[in-house]
Amino acid sequence: MGWGCMSDWVRIGLADPTERRGPAPSEPPPRYFLPDEEWILVLTLSDVQNGLAAQGYVADDRLAMALHLAQTLGRPLLLEGPAGVGKTEVAKAVAASREARLIRLQCYEGLDASHAIYEWNYQRQLLAIRASEAQGGVGEAQLFSDAYLLKRPLLEAISQDIPPVLLIDEIDRADEEFEAYLLEILSDFQITIPELGTVEATTRPIVILTANGTRDLSDALRRRCLYSFLDYPSKEVEMAILRARMPEVEGVLARQIIGVVQALRKEDLEKTPGIAEMLDWAAALSGLGVNDMAQSRDAVQATLVCLLKTAADYDAAPPEVMDRLIGKVA
Amino acid sequence: MQVTRFPSRADGLADRMSGFIAHLRSNGLRVGPGETADALSALSQITATDADQARRALCVLLASDAEDWRRFDDLFDAYWFNVGKQREGVAQTSHVRVQSAKPMIWQDAAHSDEQGAESAEQEGSADQGEGDAEGTDGKLIATRTVNLSRRDLRELMDDEALKQAEKAALMLARAIRDRRSRRRKQALRGATLDMRRIQRASLARGGEPIDLYRRAKPPRPMRIVALCDVSGSMTVYSRVFLAFLKGLIGSGTEADAYLFHTRLMRVTDALRDHDSIRAAGRLSLMAEGFGGGTDISGSLESFLNGYGARALNGRTIVLILSDGYCSSDPQALSAVLARIRRKSRRIVWLNPLKGWKDYQPIAAAMQAAEPHLDAHLPANTLEALAALEPQFRKL
Repeated sequence: MGWGCMSDWVRIGLADPTERRGPAPSEPPPRYFLPDEEWILVLTLSDVQNGLAAQGYVADDRLAMALHLAQTLGRPLLLEGPAGVGKTEVAKAVAASREARLIRLQCYEGLDASHAIYEWNYQRQLLAIRASEAQGGVGEAQLFSDAYLLKRPLLEAISQDIPPVLLIDEIDRADEEFEAYLLEILSDFQITIPELGTVEATTRPIVILTANGTRDLSDALRRRCLYSFLDYPSKEVEMAILRARMPEVEGVLARQIIGVVQALRKEDLEKTPGIAEMLDWAAALSGLGVNDMAQSRDAVQATLVCLLKTAADYDAAPPEVMDRLIGKVA
Repeated sequence: MQVTRFPSRADGLADRMSGFIAHLRSNGLRVGPGETADALSALSQITATDADQARRALCVLLASDAEDWRRFDDLFDAYWFNVGKQREGVAQTSHVRVQSAKPMIWQDAAHSDEQGAESAEQEGSADQGEGDAEGTDGKLIATRTVNLSRRDLRELMDDEALKQAEKAALMLARAIRDRRSRRRKQALRGATLDMRRIQRASLARGGEPIDLYRRAKPPRPMRIVALCDVSGSMTVYSRVFLAFLKGLIGSGTEADAYLFHTRLMRVTDALRDHDSIRAAGRLSLMAEGFGGGTDISGSLESFLNGYGARALNGRTIVLILSDGYCSSDPQALSAVLARIRRKSRRIVWLNPLKGWKDYQPIAAAMQAAEPHLDAHLPANTLEALAALEPQFRKL
């Protein structure tokens, strides 16, 4: 698609394509704009989308663009959205499509440096001191060497030969102090260990952060990251996801599943079912050999536990309501 | 939305891009010159002549939260395609309505425009803004007509009351502040050994762990979210409660304050104003419809859907200051309280009527609410508020 009216070049500020003033956007940009890592495996936008599709992940255009930019600009990507829309799955799919390692750091309240970055193996150090006393003891340099260093996810991620995918899951569960430390690592990709010196990143990982609003994130972190908001998918996209993940589900059942789930999302539920729940439900139904929901009401009611996760929600969908929803879809 | 006209003599892509960044900034996105460079380098990675790609790339790069994300398309069109609208029409969902009713944005603008102007003029501008924010919700308009007689909170707050309230609030905040963190930090006394420091120190003693260091859990303050009812039936108490809120905000604890009648507004920033008279002025501008009907469950609902995700966590105490007389369905109130309860640590209902002798929670709403409350306490005067401290200590 073009920019609408006028000539496209005029629109973005270049008077005429024949006499291009200033840098034409298709030319490589000046050096100082680019991160100076040549090793970044540069993928085009369509490569990204195809790579994800090959992993069974249906990414919309914006998410694909976000991942493309995250890789080319070397910036971390912050994913936000309701629970169960596939934020964590993105990282897994990216890792799989690049055949890179996925390093995951699950955040929780009270997460601190010794669990996220590194820790010395003190017990082993003490043992080593005792064991080597007969031979005249061990040197300090030996004690504080790689052999006694326990690498936690962040250090692990920057000391890989092939750029891995670093997934920092549910960053909003960690506390502010950790977020501040994370900022430092995400901007410089280096970690200072007092006993060893500064560890520079051998390769720069692709960093994906996820959040779903337990706590508001700092502006500084948001500014440093690319941002993408994942919402519940539309009917068509969700159908594509179901097809990609479970090709064995029959057409009629698939349409019914998507229809009912989409309708349930519009209901006033405490915990709206996400894509993960939808896939669970589909697996349960097809595992029970259901081909048409209208024919097997009991199975539908029994498998609703996959979809509705609180007692109140479960009460909100009695058989009559489900019949109505299924009837609407059919 | 503010419209930025295309500069007719803009020179080159970089110039237009910085214009776009300025346009976004004037519309409330947190972007700066650094982002201009980022945006240009991002465009170099894609087919920049494809408007769709450019739109997506810039959105990913420049939006920093869900609200920016939703607004970006309009802002993009407004700048690059000259299709800006001077004023957004009606907000669609209840959530957006709450957001747009957040009065800070327009109010600051109104103030700076007419700093030295007549107060009549100021009120005029406030009216305009209010009308804009309220949208077309039938209930709200009804409230407005009932309450054309404005209530000035400047009269309601004097220095003495403020001081007393601040003291009471400070005591309460202190009573509930002391909670332990789960993170361990180095400390002189503590339950666990700090192996790292012991090891480090042992090197100086030939590898013998002689000096023992410890780690303990430091205190982690609780947060307070106060929701204050300012409807008609509460008018008598609003003086006390507003002063109390002001004290709570100034107490040094993390606190968040909201007023509600038929809708909800966040007043933390207004209360944080050091100039108490100006704070009162800002409050009274916000509390249009002050003294009208009450919709407790609706207000709590919009709090939960809007601010709730940010304001509530496992260390939050929710204070509701209300008499429980409301027009809404008690069932709805019970349901929304149950939801709040799951997201927060404690819910405390401060009820002025409970200060009366022989009070029974007869109002249907109170009866529905009681099972979800951790405490239902009396609060009709500053003295009563100050006397709450021992109860708060138990929470």
